[in-house]
Amino acid sequence: MTAATATEWETVIGLEVHTELCTATKLFCGCANNFGDQPNTNVCPVCLGLPGSLPVLNRMAVEYAMRIGTALHCTVQSSLFHRKNYFYPDMPKDYQISQYDVPINADGWLALPDGRRVGIERAHIEEDTGKSTHVGESGRIHGADYSLVDYNRAGVPLVEIVGRPDLRSSEDARAYVDELRAILVATGASDGKMEEGSLRVDANVSVRRRGAPELGTRCEIKNMNSLRSLGRAIEYEAARQIAILEDGGTISQETRHWDETLGRTSTMRSKEEAYDYRYFPEPDLVPIAPSAEWVKAVADALPPMPADRRAAVAEAAGMAPDADPVVTVVRLDLDPLLNAAVAAGADGELAVKRLANEVAAGLEQASTLDPRAFAAVVGMESRSELTTAQARTVLKELLEHGGDPAAIAKAHGFEAMAAGALSGVIDQVIADNPGEWDRFAAGEDKVQGFLIGKIKAATGGNADLKEASALLRARRG
Amino acid sequence: MTANPALDLAAAVRRGERSAVDVLEEHLARVDATEADVHAFNTVLGERARVAAGEVDAAVARGEDPGPLAGVPIALKDNLCTRGIPTTCSSRILEGWQPPYDATVVTRVAAAGAVAVGKTNLDEFAMGSSTENSAFGPTRNPLDLSRVPGGSSGGSAAAVAAGYAPLALGSDTGGSIRQPAALCGVVGVKPTYGVVSRYGLVAFASSLDQVGPFARTVGDAALLFDVIAGHDPADSTSLPGAAPVASARLGEGVEGLRVGLVTELVGAEGLSAEVVAGTRAAADALAAAGAKVDEVSVPATVYGLSAYYLIAPAEASSNLSRYDGVRYGHRAEGAADITEMYVATRSEGFGAEVKRRIMLGTYALSAGYYDAYYGQAQRVRTLIIRDFDAAYQSFDVLLSPTAPGTAFPLGEKTADPLVMYLNDVCTIPSNLAGHPAMSVPWGAGADGLPLGVQILAPALGETVMFQVAAALEAMAPAGPGSSAR
Ligand SMILES: [Zn+2]
Repeated sequence: MTAATATEWETVIGLEVHTELCTATKLFCGCANNFGDQPNTNVCPVCLGLPGSLPVLNRMAVEYAMRIGTALHCTVQSSLFHRKNYFYPDMPKDYQISQYDVPINADGWLALPDGRRVGIERAHIEEDTGKSTHVGESGRIHGADYSLVDYNRAGVPLVEIVGRPDLRSSEDARAYVDELRAILVATGASDGKMEEGSLRVDANVSVRRRGAPELGTRCEIKNMNSLRSLGRAIEYEAARQIAILEDGGTISQETRHWDETLGRTSTMRSKEEAYDYRYFPEPDLVPIAPSAEWVKAVADALPPMPADRRAAVAEAAGMAPDADPVVTVVRLDLDPLLNAAVAAGADGELAVKRLANEVAAGLEQASTLDPRAFAAVVGMESRSELTTAQARTVLKELLEHGGDPAAIAKAHGFEAMAAGALSGVIDQVIADNPGEWDRFAAGEDKVQGFLIGKIKAATGGNADLKEASALLRARRG
Repeated sequence: MTANPALDLAAAVRRGERSAVDVLEEHLARVDATEADVHAFNTVLGERARVAAGEVDAAVARGEDPGPLAGVPIALKDNLCTRGIPTTCSSRILEGWQPPYDATVVTRVAAAGAVAVGKTNLDEFAMGSSTENSAFGPTRNPLDLSRVPGGSSGGSAAAVAAGYAPLALGSDTGGSIRQPAALCGVVGVKPTYGVVSRYGLVAFASSLDQVGPFARTVGDAALLFDVIAGHDPADSTSLPGAAPVASARLGEGVEGLRVGLVTELVGAEGLSAEVVAGTRAAADALAAAGAKVDEVSVPATVYGLSAYYLIAPAEASSNLSRYDGVRYGHRAEGAADITEMYVATRSEGFGAEVKRRIMLGTYALSAGYYDAYYGQAQRVRTLIIRDFDAAYQSFDVLLSPTAPGTAFPLGEKTADPLVMYLNDVCTIPSNLAGHPAMSVPWGAGADGLPLGVQILAPALGETVMFQVAAALEAMAPAGPGSSAR
């Protein structure tokens, strides 16, 4: 693909994200919902789909689904379960209990950090399948020598979040999943772990000529197990489709499998082979009709979402909500420290920078960081009692060992220089380095670094280097 | 008063006048004598039953009350899960499977002191009206071994009629308790949907299936109903709150009750003249006993059969998917891949009628057909409920025939499924509506075989339904087969 053609085409992406819910028990039985236990130990007649067994809905799963829907600005409504019928060995009943035309959450949106809204068509409840391991060269069920099935995962509650095709690039897609994951974790409904499979993403990808009113034929891509592979798969798939269209070909609607090792997608199921799921209302369950009080209680109990928190941090720091330090502070849950520091009188912008850099780097200790001590360090820096370098040193030690910031600064010999002292040091540096000074005075800016280095050395690092630069420039006239 | 074998036995055992073990041996002796001809059972639980009966006697000896069914032998339809005991649904596909758990109704009857004597034969997965669709051979009517016992709970009906047990449990999806009850001359009850737990009943059509009692008398049927009815948290469709009490108003007569004879069901296609005459005679008897009897139209019931044969197969096609050879039951040998294994397992494991209904149901749910078939059938269901509700504005109970005729000869209706399906024309509407209905014996046909009459009631109307049933029982013309008891 040439650069010229790349700009002619627009990639359109809609994501379907499955998230496992952090309930103690499964969706329709009392078995433990635990990842990583010995295979087939968390099973019972219900989640094994034994003849005669019947499902009983887990109320907590419904509540988690409602939290997700509320956080995604969906309408939380009365809903029905349907059966989705197809044969697969890891599905004990050979149908999946899911929701179809009346999902619990409908019609919402998610705001990307830059403020763009991505439509959410629905976020519905369904049960997970078991996990198959196909033993043999192909790694797939056809051509396997034999297959092993672990039903521990069968019946684990999932919410499937179906996004509208509002994303336009792999970066968009990654930002969407990143944001969605943060929202899911914030609701407490999911741990958002893509590597453990508790967050699974399928991508519907199509391309069209820029400005074309209609969507192109889409392919559904499955089997991406990290944000990185999601991005790679989308880029590969878009390029594949563009190449076909530019050759005068047509895209056939199909489900494609992403191969992480080969870095390519391949046909899994063509449209003709697509299952007819024969959905019909699940007769073993009654409709879910959450009361208005329950819906309200769930909404009222939701903690602030990442976007709200970024807005608050951005305001405190005087930065944009999608500025990197702001995003980092919220992603790492450091905003409570920020709030405490600001309340103690620290400068917001400086506090955000220290949090996004030094505290983020020592994240393991961040929970032990005393907010007042942190506020004190930021305060000393903002009053120029500490240079940036000194503030970093004090903060690092504070994170590692705790203690009193003033005492740490003193122990390091970090003392605020008396007014006028810096001027004397500069006089001395000019006197000691006349050649360099003449060049700087003649306008050779690159010598400034040399002079600053000398000033830094002469003060044992205690000088405010910003102020030193200003003074040097002032002397030059 | 009619003697009630189960009530009387339980009373005697509870008082310590009879031993449960002796009672059991008496019934097992009857099984030994005629079961080879009747074939009511897929499994007879001799030793297990002796242990259970022994425990009942021990409890009595300790001064404890074993419960209202103390020492009463009971036969269980072989689609009710029994822990460690084969539960086959009379299908090859489940041959040898032993559930790791008991159905809720099985637990309840055992807790009430009943002694399970065996698992009874049925039409495979409860699909049929003659018990001829069993993978293990047909059950024969104990009153005439050349005739069918009806179905699909034919084994349970035959077990009660043959005196193998005074009580039995069956399941009724479109008439599978009431029709065999009528053909075997016993009482059979389909409770309100949601009153009896379905947990552990192997599903045929989940929105229609209900477990219910067989007994020789209305009093005994009420006794068993009151034991199995009630909320079960393991069944989400189980109704909350207290169940109606079947035995509450037995013997109170029908003075002042309003009874409606359903025009469409008395006039249904294929009913024999003696069936219609019998039902009218029953209505007259009720009128003579002080009930206000009138004819009433329930128009949408005429669409019941068509709606049923879309809804039931559709649900069955999904419910029976799990029999795929992967986890339990039959698995075909030698398949090259998973698809071949599925196809071969299911082709070998299921009988013709089950395959027919799976195909019908799969088609009815297919993309593009759903609305015309399944959707339309569900709308008919709504209409039937509406029409019944309208009738119950003016009537306490409704009356109709149970089955189109007396027990028919084996093989007579197997050639044409549509003829077989007509057996359920009067019973299906209650399943579609979720309402209770029961069959009580009402005399005999010209062939000397029993006739039944059906009493229908509104949802949760079991108390008045049993009240009317008891009155009819007391007035019923002499039936056949008393010698078999
Ligand atoms: Zn389970």
